[in-house]
Amino acid sequence: MRRFSILDLRFSIGRSVSLFTAIVISTFLTAAVFGQNDGTEQNQTGRAGTFAIVNARIVTVSGATIESGTVVIQNGKISAVGANVSIPGGAERIDGKGLTVFPGMIDAGTNLGLGEITLGVNGSVDLAEVGNINPNAKAIRAIHPHSSHVNVTRVNGITTVMSAPTGNGIITGQAAVVNLNGSTQAEMALVPEFGLVINFPRISTFGGFGGGGGGAPVEFSEAIKRRDAQLEDLKKFFRSVENYARSKEAYEKDKGLTYIATDVKLEAMVPYVRGEKPVVFTAERERDIRAVAKFVVETRLKGILLGGQEAWKAADDLKKNNIPVIFTNIYNLPVLEDHPYDYFFEGPSKLQQAGVKFCVSTGSNGEEVRDLPYQAGIAGAFGLTREDALKSVTLYPAQILGVDDKIGSIDVGKIANIVVADGDILEPRTNIKYVFINGRMLPLTSRHTRLYDSFKDRK
Amino acid sequence: MRKAFVFLLVVSLVTISPTLVLAQTGSEVLIRNATVMTAAKGTLEGTDILVRNGKIARIGKGLTAAAGAQIIDATGKFVTPGIIDCHSHSMVDGSVNEFSYSVTSMTRVRDVLNPKDIAIYRALAGGVTAANLLHGSANSIGGQNSTVKFKYGKPVEDFVIADAPAGIKFALGENPKRTHVQLQPGQTPRYPRTRMGVMETIRDAFLRARDYKQALADFRVGKTKVPPRRDTELEPLVEVMEGKRLVHAHGYRSDEHLNLMLIADEFGFRVATLQHGLEAYKIAPEIAKRGTGVSIFVDSWSYKLEAYDSIPYNAAILWKNGVNVSINSDSDERMRRLNLDAAKVMKYGGVPEEDALKMITINPAKQLGIDKRTGSIEVGKDADLTIWTAHPFSSFSRVDMTIIEGEVYFDRAKDTQMQEQIAKERQELEKMDVNKAPSSGGTSPRTPSERRAEERDEAEFGGNQ
Repeated sequence: MRRFSILDLRFSIGRSVSLFTAIVISTFLTAAVFGQNDGTEQNQTGRAGTFAIVNARIVTVSGATIESGTVVIQNGKISAVGANVSIPGGAERIDGKGLTVFPGMIDAGTNLGLGEITLGVNGSVDLAEVGNINPNAKAIRAIHPHSSHVNVTRVNGITTVMSAPTGNGIITGQAAVVNLNGSTQAEMALVPEFGLVINFPRISTFGGFGGGGGGAPVEFSEAIKRRDAQLEDLKKFFRSVENYARSKEAYEKDKGLTYIATDVKLEAMVPYVRGEKPVVFTAERERDIRAVAKFVVETRLKGILLGGQEAWKAADDLKKNNIPVIFTNIYNLPVLEDHPYDYFFEGPSKLQQAGVKFCVSTGSNGEEVRDLPYQAGIAGAFGLTREDALKSVTLYPAQILGVDDKIGSIDVGKIANIVVADGDILEPRTNIKYVFINGRMLPLTSRHTRLYDSFKDRK
Repeated sequence: MRKAFVFLLVVSLVTISPTLVLAQTGSEVLIRNATVMTAAKGTLEGTDILVRNGKIARIGKGLTAAAGAQIIDATGKFVTPGIIDCHSHSMVDGSVNEFSYSVTSMTRVRDVLNPKDIAIYRALAGGVTAANLLHGSANSIGGQNSTVKFKYGKPVEDFVIADAPAGIKFALGENPKRTHVQLQPGQTPRYPRTRMGVMETIRDAFLRARDYKQALADFRVGKTKVPPRRDTELEPLVEVMEGKRLVHAHGYRSDEHLNLMLIADEFGFRVATLQHGLEAYKIAPEIAKRGTGVSIFVDSWSYKLEAYDSIPYNAAILWKNGVNVSINSDSDERMRRLNLDAAKVMKYGGVPEEDALKMITINPAKQLGIDKRTGSIEVGKDADLTIWTAHPFSSFSRVDMTIIEGEVYFDRAKDTQMQEQIAKERQELEKMDVNKAPSSGGTSPRTPSERRAEERDEAEFGGNQ
């Protein structure tokens, strides 16, 4: 007998109809049976409505904490906040007694959705394009809306992430700011093309920029030369983007000029080179961070630093040039043996003392983004106040990502990205009771609760 | 330039550290007025702990100490037993894997321990006092482990817990299969390459060990005239079958851990711990029935295929089934925050506070067979204690002091002084001719002889987690 395969669809109309019908029916059945299924197959998108969380403690983050009050969610936004607010008729009341309302947390330095299983399952990995210059690679085109990292992360109170392309190239692509809900990338997108990511050419005696390269170690002076050459190439590329943009504009004004063919890479660069959108630079060491600051000034860019191990040492340069830091190093070991044990635990508080804008980020591929609150807590144990620790994963990242008019605090008019918990959300023992994203109440199910339910009673 | 002074600093740090790290203790230490989380008999408020000759002598209120005793005021602070990490590769110098064969039971972690590994100090600063130092997981049967206390500043002999039962590392799944490691051109794959082969490699080793044991027995009773040649590969496996050596078996998928337990059933031994056991929740009754322990990552998942079904509720399901669960780090980094890992099991599945604390203290002590001397705060036990600024399950807590057998090995106040001293020393070293940049007339950098942490991580890549 001939082996039946899905390819037969192409050759046998009659059979393909029946197979197609079978697929449709089974899909519906699966959807019905696993209505609460929240694995990679389909992330549940929750339900919209008018909600009033009453009698709750409200940590607005932007202003004073309200010991007992109401938050109203309407049309996806926060429509009222206060101790005494009128609740619209028909609103679904949620008793917030003993509970606290927080803004959803934001991780400004992840690769969430771009790599489900990064070791050994290459088909699930879309982290890094081939080549050194990929400004037209857009994370928003590859972030998997149905990744299980989405559901696992949001049920712990993180509602928004910046997700960035990565790799060993210099320009790795454009990062997106997304909410952790939606059936499509468009539904998730808050800022679909948020920022250009550049692995800043660094002085390294082992290999080149970004950390890759390999090869035999070189003399330090050689490493500087190599970095300078890479930097010069980058500057040249920036200049060619400017020339390209000017030529395009000139042609638009005077069609009599020679037509300039569109170049996808140069085209993608224009808003960044012109300082209209931010450029996210990855750099860790003081000398490289100072070089970033210099580059940002020279090229008049809107710069953001991602990583920032020694950012506090270059605080003067960062502060002077308004370069904020997305600090991703709490869970990293100190680099040198003589570094203090709390070298990176103290990173955020040192940045704050120096007056540099910062936020705390996991820097995770996705699976560890849910630890964001505890990383902020550790920064709290080593210098930040509790209030600032909370801000470092709510309002501060919103400000750095330029979305503080939309998210990051409990204020009227902002998007209803809200978390309700039975304690301080930065504490690992706290239970999350409700999560809203864009005003939709989400099921607190995840790939993990599903597996838990499947096996918890096995005898 | 940088490397040169790093080298010098390493040398100087090692030279000065013992006097700075170790407090001069008399025979008695009195910790006063703490919230004591015993991991045995609940939490005691406003309680004192009297330590005499390295042992816990008394626990109670209003205790007094002999003249000259070290008094530690712990008002407003929390004391727990020192944390025990049941899966670590700290101190293991160089590669943690003897890659050449898939059965390397003759190798010993004990032979390559570095007592000056900075990871020890950082672990102490996270409240860890003891660890199970394991061979890597590249081999179906790896090397023999070492159970140690982190007596940083002491000679390596002092680290090893002399009366801890011997153990050995086994490994299942992706790591011993080595299928996720790209072969170089011309390189042939090593057997085993599948889960079938891994199981048969282990079974074959035990069949040979059984024959060896028989040959020894035959010689002993005079049945044969010539003794069998001593076999250091099979000796440890004979000890396993005789219940004298604990098996710590790395694995992820529930089926492979169950298959190993079936092999153990066949050869009449009990697997001491399933290491990682990220899917152990799927076979909790089978594990409970055999009295095997499980030492887990609390919530790591999705970093490779066999970790995709890992859930943070794993501990809770195992705990409800009566399995002895410990939470380990397998990482110099994660080791520093096992307290927060333990806190998570309260949230995921509702494990009570004391049982959560046990998962990083007395439970791993039981798994390693050192529970008679350490792992809980009880009279007569070793005074292995951690003092915290706040509840250890709070992310805002910090370790104030870590004590092993009555001696202070980490003291936050002293560390602060030491940081200043080292920073000053670094400044002075930077000014020295040898450390000047080549552009300012200095010499070319030298390569540090000390191994750096990331090099070990590289060696371990795909070989441990």
